[in-house]
Amino acid sequence: MNAYEKLLAARADGRPTAKNYIERLFQNFIELHGDRRYGDDSAVITGIGTLGRIPVTVIGIEKGHGTKEKVARNFGSAHPEGYRKALRQMKLAEKFRRPVICLVDTSGAYCGIGAEERGQGQAIAENLMELMGLRVPVVSILIGEGGSGGALALAVADEVWMLENAVYSVISPEGCASILWKNPKRVGDAAEYLKITAQDLLSMNVIDRIIPEGIGFTKTCAFLKIQLIRTLKRSRALTEEELVSQRYEKFRRIGSDFQ
Amino acid sequence: MIRRGIFKHPKNDLEGEIRRDRTPGPSVPEELCVTCPTCRKMLFRDALAESSYVCPHCGWHFRISARRRIEITADEGTFRELNTKIVSRNILSFPGYDEKLEQARRSESGKDEVVCGTCRIGGFTSCVFAMEPSFMMGSMGTAVGEKITRLFEYAAEHRLPVVGFTVSGGARMQEGILSLMQMAKTSGAVRRHSEAGLLYVAVLTNPTTGGVTASFAMEADIILAEPGALIGFAGPRVIEQTIRQKLPPGFQRAEFLLEKGFVDQISNRKTQKRLLTRLLEFHAGGADE
Repeated sequence: MNAYEKLLAARADGRPTAKNYIERLFQNFIELHGDRRYGDDSAVITGIGTLGRIPVTVIGIEKGHGTKEKVARNFGSAHPEGYRKALRQMKLAEKFRRPVICLVDTSGAYCGIGAEERGQGQAIAENLMELMGLRVPVVSILIGEGGSGGALALAVADEVWMLENAVYSVISPEGCASILWKNPKRVGDAAEYLKITAQDLLSMNVIDRIIPEGIGFTKTCAFLKIQLIRTLKRSRALTEEELVSQRYEKFRRIGSDFQ
Repeated sequence: MIRRGIFKHPKNDLEGEIRRDRTPGPSVPEELCVTCPTCRKMLFRDALAESSYVCPHCGWHFRISARRRIEITADEGTFRELNTKIVSRNILSFPGYDEKLEQARRSESGKDEVVCGTCRIGGFTSCVFAMEPSFMMGSMGTAVGEKITRLFEYAAEHRLPVVGFTVSGGARMQEGILSLMQMAKTSGAVRRHSEAGLLYVAVLTNPTTGGVTASFAMEADIILAEPGALIGFAGPRVIEQTIRQKLPPGFQRAEFLLEKGFVDQISNRKTQKRLLTRLLEFHAGGADE
């Protein structure tokens, strides 16, 4: 598949969403709502559950299935309260020393009047800064679309994984094509030039692992579960300071090869 | 040939305003006289420089280069620049990017993308950064991200406060995901500086949007904004296209952000240095004194 075909696959109707992964990966999931500031963003699902026998905090951006649910989930585009809801759960995870697993699938943070009024930029910035210092392990998995800052706000992690056909980009290829060439039809070119596929990002060390999809959803989840448990067990060997400083170094290296 | 769009009305007040300030060029041209883009009065260049590039009639804040910004902020002769050799490259081999970089470097402000260094402000030693609006809309690629990160690391190491002037159209798309990652990288550096108990003051200038708003612009201890500056995550045109309705007047302007609680003060450029000095004086020595 080329970059454009992967983009379409990542957005395809019927592709498993965060909720589907949560059902498969975690037992005893208890959903917890609200940001305690303004409201409850239904584009972001947060809660606690167990992964094998490890208690974890789960945060997922949910696009929904079917028109009615998609509308209710705002098509997986979070408002600031969604990011603040996620942050509240991250802080709870830190308090109770449980790892955080993020499932990212969004075309981007919502842009609208309310989102700007309530500080979309500030909400994302705060998450970036807090995640950079969070004293528990964080693993983020891009399961579909990784749309710019809205995705990054849940993807500053010790390990960033991507499904084989997921995409991750600084701008939507449509947006890029219309800004650069005033021609949204060149989306295919933009998708290619922007280097949005899991393979591209792995080669640039932006992500750490590609999760195979060709084996079917059930097997993908089983594989993912084993890898997550292994990774979390490995991170137990690290002190909180080591964990945070390794996360810093991981992002510190990206785009730093200047003299 | 008929020029396209000459009969097009601006879709909203905001867009009208943006276009208006685009036509005469909001930067200060070399000619002797300049027309203020809002009140249309003729201004002498020398007089404008004396008033910190603020229109004496209507208070319009002209867009100014990074160098000029430092010139009006730093005590004379105290600025020492850092990391001058970090410049953008076409790391993804993005078609057309080399040409864009070349074109930007030919402009008045040359190869400046963000100017970083140390200086004294009202006698107080501080690290300072100023983004350059004329270089590809002040967009943030890996070079900008790296320079900002190094400045915060330098400031943490030398126990200095940071004063930063932001102006940006957002992340630089020609560097793809690597630009996006600069938001995380800079945020990490700001955090470490903050954990060392040191002060960071951001001055948001027109316009500050996208990935810069969603990272180091909004992470300062104290956030000042210049009057009328456009500040937001998504640009007004993108929002209008998304929601298909007109934006209210003054939306995403500095005064709007003050009202919504996202900036500490609107800071007129003419009194800005005094305000910065007072803030630096108040926090001298960081959190541990």
